[in-house]
Amino acid sequence: MAESYLDTKGRIFDIQRFSIHDGKGIRTIVFLKGCVLRCKWCCNPESQEYKIQTMIVQGKPKIIGEDVTVRDVLEIVEKDRPYYRRSNGGLTLSGGESLCQPDFCEALLRGAKERGLRTALESMACADYKVIERILPYLDEYLMDIKHTNPEKHKRFTGRSNELMMENAKKVAASGLTELIIRVPVIPTFNATEEEIEGIARFAASLPGVKKLHLLPYHRLGQDKYEGLGRDYELKDILPPTSETMNKLLAAAKAASGLDCQIGG
Amino acid sequence: MAKYYSEVIAMKDRIGRLKDNLYKKMPEIESARARLITESYKQTEGEPIVTRRAKAFLHILQNIPIIIRDEELIVGSTTIAPRGCQTYPEFSYEWLEAEFDTVATRKADPFYISEEAKKEIAEADKYWKGKTTSELATAYMAPEAIRAIDHNIFTPGNYFYNGVGHVTVHYDWVLAVGFKGIAAKAKKALDELNFGDAEYARRSHFLNAVIMSCEAAIIYANRYAALAREMAAKETNAQRKTELLRIAENCENVPANGARDFWEACQAFWFVQQLLQIESSGHSISPGRFDQYMYPYYSKDLESGKITREFAQELIDCIWIKLNDLNKCRDAASAEGFAGYSLFQNLIVGGQNAEGLDVTNDLSFMCITASLHVQLPQPSLSIRVWNNSPHDLLIHAATLTRTGVGLPAYYNDEVIIPSLMSRGLTLQDAREYNIIGCVEPQKAGKTEGWHDAAFFNMCRPLELVFSDGMDKGELVGVHTGDVTKFKTFDEFYDAYKKQMDYAISLLVNADNAIDVAHATLCPLPFLSGMIEDCIGRGKSVQEGGAIYNFTGPQGFGIANMADSLYAIKTLVFDKKEVTLAEYKQALEENYGKGLDAEKTQKVVAEVVKELTAAGRKVTEEEIAAAVGSLVQGSDKYEKLLEKIDEVPKFGNDIPEVDAFARDVEYTYAKPLETYKNPRGGMFQAGMYPVSANVPLGAQTGATPDGRLAGKPVADGVSPSAGKDVHGPTAAANSVSRLDHYIASNGTLFNQKFHPSALSGRQGLENFVALIRSYFDQKGSHMQFNVVSRETLLDAQKYPEKYKHLVVRVAGYSAFFTTLSRSLQDDIINRTEQGM
Repeated sequence: MAESYLDTKGRIFDIQRFSIHDGKGIRTIVFLKGCVLRCKWCCNPESQEYKIQTMIVQGKPKIIGEDVTVRDVLEIVEKDRPYYRRSNGGLTLSGGESLCQPDFCEALLRGAKERGLRTALESMACADYKVIERILPYLDEYLMDIKHTNPEKHKRFTGRSNELMMENAKKVAASGLTELIIRVPVIPTFNATEEEIEGIARFAASLPGVKKLHLLPYHRLGQDKYEGLGRDYELKDILPPTSETMNKLLAAAKAASGLDCQIGG
Repeated sequence: MAKYYSEVIAMKDRIGRLKDNLYKKMPEIESARARLITESYKQTEGEPIVTRRAKAFLHILQNIPIIIRDEELIVGSTTIAPRGCQTYPEFSYEWLEAEFDTVATRKADPFYISEEAKKEIAEADKYWKGKTTSELATAYMAPEAIRAIDHNIFTPGNYFYNGVGHVTVHYDWVLAVGFKGIAAKAKKALDELNFGDAEYARRSHFLNAVIMSCEAAIIYANRYAALAREMAAKETNAQRKTELLRIAENCENVPANGARDFWEACQAFWFVQQLLQIESSGHSISPGRFDQYMYPYYSKDLESGKITREFAQELIDCIWIKLNDLNKCRDAASAEGFAGYSLFQNLIVGGQNAEGLDVTNDLSFMCITASLHVQLPQPSLSIRVWNNSPHDLLIHAATLTRTGVGLPAYYNDEVIIPSLMSRGLTLQDAREYNIIGCVEPQKAGKTEGWHDAAFFNMCRPLELVFSDGMDKGELVGVHTGDVTKFKTFDEFYDAYKKQMDYAISLLVNADNAIDVAHATLCPLPFLSGMIEDCIGRGKSVQEGGAIYNFTGPQGFGIANMADSLYAIKTLVFDKKEVTLAEYKQALEENYGKGLDAEKTQKVVAEVVKELTAAGRKVTEEEIAAAVGSLVQGSDKYEKLLEKIDEVPKFGNDIPEVDAFARDVEYTYAKPLETYKNPRGGMFQAGMYPVSANVPLGAQTGATPDGRLAGKPVADGVSPSAGKDVHGPTAAANSVSRLDHYIASNGTLFNQKFHPSALSGRQGLENFVALIRSYFDQKGSHMQFNVVSRETLLDAQKYPEKYKHLVVRVAGYSAFFTTLSRSLQDDIINRTEQGM
């Protein structure tokens, strides 16, 4: 009865129920720990290191990171099944970069699919395509971050160049195995100009099958966490884009891509 | 499948102006009714009470000042001042005289009162000494019940001080045949009465009283017709002149006769709604299924081209305004329990008919649109939801929820129908239920539900377990033994059940005493004429004339009790980390968080007594130190509070804890349903607090769940504030594990949302899915508080009031007040975008 893949272990740092902005319907998001990038604006800085950390949360130390099995996670995911059924929701994996834990990521998505739950993955596709190929059969929605089209600028703000991700985006789109949605974090000083957003939008439009583009406005809700981790928050002086700016960028993205574009997930 | 028009119809400018006029000044207390009822009563001494009631009603309606406000299309105002109220000395009056000088300045629901009104009311009140329902009720109560009320175990204050209300009448009868038709029915019953009938005297007087009350209503409407004609004669604006003439014609025909069209039906509806609230001060006079009984008049006019949808909407909007024109002044304590000038006129749309088919229609949508238009608290709009409810209706309702007005409330047919059937309603009647007041289901026109019979504080019996039944030196509960000697959890739980059983029997005693007092002194013939089968039985609703009779007192604090008992079970008996003696002391000392002066004195006196008894002399310094530490608090209970905090809590989707909560619910619901009321019906539990969880929490000591003395107890069946930490789905799963069928007088589940959760079409879809999923799991009721930008600004100003306000943004949630100022500003700005 017990299938071995359900015993696959992985490291997560949070499970968030009733999430409604990351994938269709009402979802449970499982946040996997560890990331390949180091985006300066990251709102989950505790997600970046794979190792288990201590973060000060509201004055108290909190252990961040827990090793769990797929079975453990699915038990929690199952609790909201009535809501998934009514809303077409399901499980969303986020991080970090879930693809950094390929076995765990694949087993989680497979476990959910076999139970008839819908699946989504929020990821930058920053992994060997062989890894991505393994999970595609179990994935309904791929919410893929494309942060910038300029490799050099991408590297400066995230720590890595973007060629691999752009390449993977093309391959995922070409596979036709999942619904690919492109998401762009809109970060002032990094990509919040019409020209840069248009570049990303045009790239998104060039991907076969892609219909939707989400512009996610920068927010500072992760700022306290940097302090809690004893880290410096480099974007201290940056304000979130105004709604005026966002609407302007939205119009630019629409015009450049002809895609169904929206602000927020 | 019913067809309906679901587009939103725009609001007319008139509605905005009517609303502005209504809210120009503070509500005012007027004295006309008090004077008129007293005049009449003085003239009818010695006559049968039901006759006196009818004569008084007639005298009031013949003489009470009337007014048609600017631009009104539906007329009938109980006071000259907008949103004013009359007084009802026959139920109680002393509180108002005592509060004459503070009623205008009190925090909850202030009312202006002129010096002349004070004088006139005081003059009338002289007559009422010894004649009120509240005085008679007190005389009927067992001394033990009075003591329990004095010690805040429960409070039946609502019906003790006021009329009962809480009813939905046969509006459809008045629309169809008018009060002439109802009077004719009573006349026929009268003619058929056998002179040899043992009940002849009472029946004949009752039926004559019904006839007189119907005539009174017709006379009142005719006064409006005459006033409208008079005003039309002077009116220079041609459009308004036409309107006034039409108003005159309407009032000449209805509610005397059946309504000929939709406008007349609206006017007839309004007179019924208004006059019920002149006959008695009872609130929660609920219009019920307005979309159903009004529909024939609407559809006939629409088909014949007599009316446009736009004008029908305008008339409905006008009724919505009028529902906010009525008001009620309560005593200061009750005003806190029912805060917000609310009359709880519950109006429900959607749902099934007697045959089990969905009957959503155009009006169902237009009622929601009316609430979108007027953005006012009345009517308390409700939506019936079942598996075949049109999705469009729920989405339209969700757009109203999104505005943050707290409306509508959502009700689950799939739970309520079987629940009512378990109380003896037929399937057909149960399918046609509507909601009374807050959350109480019943069948319109057939029920005297006494739905809001008392607030029962489930926390207080637990306090009595710790004090062996004593409170402030008096035996209030029963002796259950020295709590520190209990060896097992079952022993402890049994003691709680004993205290509950006893307190419940006193609650029943108090309610039944009040019930008899109303039947004796305040039968309501006007109301009774519109309730089955009062005319057939020849007796008023108050004497048991209705087909279905219930008494529904509501328990609250279920989450606190579930968490408290679970904490005791876990910490004292399972883990053996704390003794009951330690717990007892911690509760007495409010976990070291400081006590008020009175409590401090008591505790210190006890300590001194003990020490003295032990032969020790206590120095003044020692007393001062003890007092100081009690008032200022200490941190000696921090460890205990941490341990309590770690015990799992209701509201977090932990099946074991939730099953335990269900059992705690039974400690209230099961004993209660074994009792009968004097009208021949049964008691049934409700689980909702209105807003009484705050003032009654202030009278409750610290509880074993870590709640401090005086803090609010949990609201309705919702988890304790801030104790549910896994979001709305987890909380809903937990709450759905309570037994919503046995709480057949209604349960109330509140959830709070950030507007971003409902933004866009997707937000509405997810929101509706959330409701449906909770209902799939057999929850009964759900209502939502969508946090507005104003609330967030207020939370910045007064963070202590909003400690538990959670804001959720893009998969990240946080307590709003713990965020830095600039982040809070970000969220406030986003809220604007979200809307």
